[in-house]
Amino acid sequence: MASIKEQFEIPGKMKTWSMALIGIGAVALAIGLFTKGFSSDEHEQVHFWGTLMYNTIFWTLVCNASMFFICVTTLAMGGWQQSFRRIPEAISTMVPIFGTITFAVLIYVVASDKHHIYHWLDKEAVAKDPILSGKKGFLNPTFFVIWTTLAIGLWSLLGYRMRQISREADEAPMDQQSGASFIWRNTVRAALFTVWFALTVGSTIPWLWMMSIDAHWYSTMYSWYTFASSFVSGMSLIALWVIYLKNKGYLELTTQDHLHDIGKFMFAFSIFWTYLWFSQYMLIWYANIPEETVYFKHRVQGPYKGIFFLNLIINFICPLLILMKRSAKRNYTLVTFMAVLILFGHWIDFYQMVMGSLSKDHVTLGWLDFGILSFFVGMMILFVGRSLASKPLIVKHHPFLKESIIHQV
Amino acid sequence: MAKKKFVVGCFDDEAVLFPAVKKVRTAGYKIKDVYTPFPVHGLDHALGMRETSLHTAGFIYGITGTSTALGSISWILAKDWPLNFGGKPHFALPAWIPITFELTVLFAAVGMVLTFCYLCQMAPFVKKHHFHARATDDLFVMVIECTDKTNAEDLKGFLASSGAVETDIQVAEDGWWLGRYDRDEVPFQKNQTVAA
Repeated sequence: MASIKEQFEIPGKMKTWSMALIGIGAVALAIGLFTKGFSSDEHEQVHFWGTLMYNTIFWTLVCNASMFFICVTTLAMGGWQQSFRRIPEAISTMVPIFGTITFAVLIYVVASDKHHIYHWLDKEAVAKDPILSGKKGFLNPTFFVIWTTLAIGLWSLLGYRMRQISREADEAPMDQQSGASFIWRNTVRAALFTVWFALTVGSTIPWLWMMSIDAHWYSTMYSWYTFASSFVSGMSLIALWVIYLKNKGYLELTTQDHLHDIGKFMFAFSIFWTYLWFSQYMLIWYANIPEETVYFKHRVQGPYKGIFFLNLIINFICPLLILMKRSAKRNYTLVTFMAVLILFGHWIDFYQMVMGSLSKDHVTLGWLDFGILSFFVGMMILFVGRSLASKPLIVKHHPFLKESIIHQV
Repeated sequence: MAKKKFVVGCFDDEAVLFPAVKKVRTAGYKIKDVYTPFPVHGLDHALGMRETSLHTAGFIYGITGTSTALGSISWILAKDWPLNFGGKPHFALPAWIPITFELTVLFAAVGMVLTFCYLCQMAPFVKKHHFHARATDDLFVMVIECTDKTNAEDLKGFLASSGAVETDIQVAEDGWWLGRYDRDEVPFQKNQTVAA
């Protein structure tokens, strides 16, 4: 493997671009904070903090999906992902960073008692409301803070342990016994992460962070829907980095066959997302009970109609028709296009999930959203680039690397 | 159905098979197929087979299913015999999606199975000639179709020199064959063992 470029060097252009994006984002953030965030108008406040909330949550969950991808493929004894596994690993290093920002935003929202965002923060209203008092055990500030801390903390910690063990594969070749022990320890750590992931992203966290904005409404499918959204975006992000590095001449061992499988994940989970989207929608549409349809009322028949159905076109029709063909999943340009489209589509999805409930009467999508988005994209490029450069790109002595090299679809 | 003459070469090693396939193809022989006990990665590529169009057929069947379902349900429930189901609109699209999905899957699945059988010339009572019993066990069996110009004996030698552990010449039914093994040919008649 003498000819393999193991070390990623951050190109100057990437630094400039990410800094520029962060700069634009910081300016938007600052203007937003002073004109809206600290404004005395409730609507402006809700607009600012809501926008910040869905962006932080979206990017944390998308980066966390990378670690989930590594863990589930590890648990499934997968070999094909080894040739590019340093990329999801690098993306998952964003979890502590974005997690801290999410934590700060959510804790600020709860601590400053913003009951226009989380209605259940209003103690008097909860006391008078039988539905909200019934949910008091789950929707209360103490539990919110503890569970949020635990969730972000353990994602970071368990993900860190998973990345730590991966470094062992850089050091020395493994014989059968040390290889088997390496795989076993990998399995245990991956299992721990996956279980915690199921207890948080797979169930409680989306209920707590986003669904509780509509404090009276509930849908048990909501978390799965959020998970599907973040996972398909996570796969798209991995695809984008893989293609970027391939274009720069790195990742010689990663071929079209690996891209094909990443493309399959993007295709399959787009359909999985639609399945959940539709299951949630149809049951509520069919039952037609006011306390349930309240969630869809202003989305399907109100100002969010356009975004709501655009969402379905971008996230379902496009991946279904464009990514269906084998040749499309092996085409770098097309996968890049679809990855960007899917990421944008699910960002819009998160937008309507949060802002559709906070600002029911008018769509707020504007400079603030795109400004904050550019802040997060810039951060992501900068830090993922750095953490890619901090480690070799190939897990040289991983027992399964051979499987990845000969991988063929 | 027409009987054809085939030269059969058996290989017991993938590493020998691939160069042999390449040599046979460059020499200009027409390989009918290589029968293997398990899927061999890259063999279809080495044989120069084109990508199957089965999935295109599947897509068309799926679309047919989608339009059949949507077309018939909407005609029945919105035009021909509108009924009031719990105050829902006659054109109640969300309620039809599950059926539409199921019919799409059904059409695609059944259609693709039948197309697959047709392409592989498989149907009830249609028989297939087995070139070598051990193709289901541990031999890679390469079958080359003879033309008027093929010198079968030469080809046998060529295959043996390319690493075939066993070679022979067989005359067999090609394509749709409604005969019976027990009457038309005695299966595994020869003592098919490999010397090596």
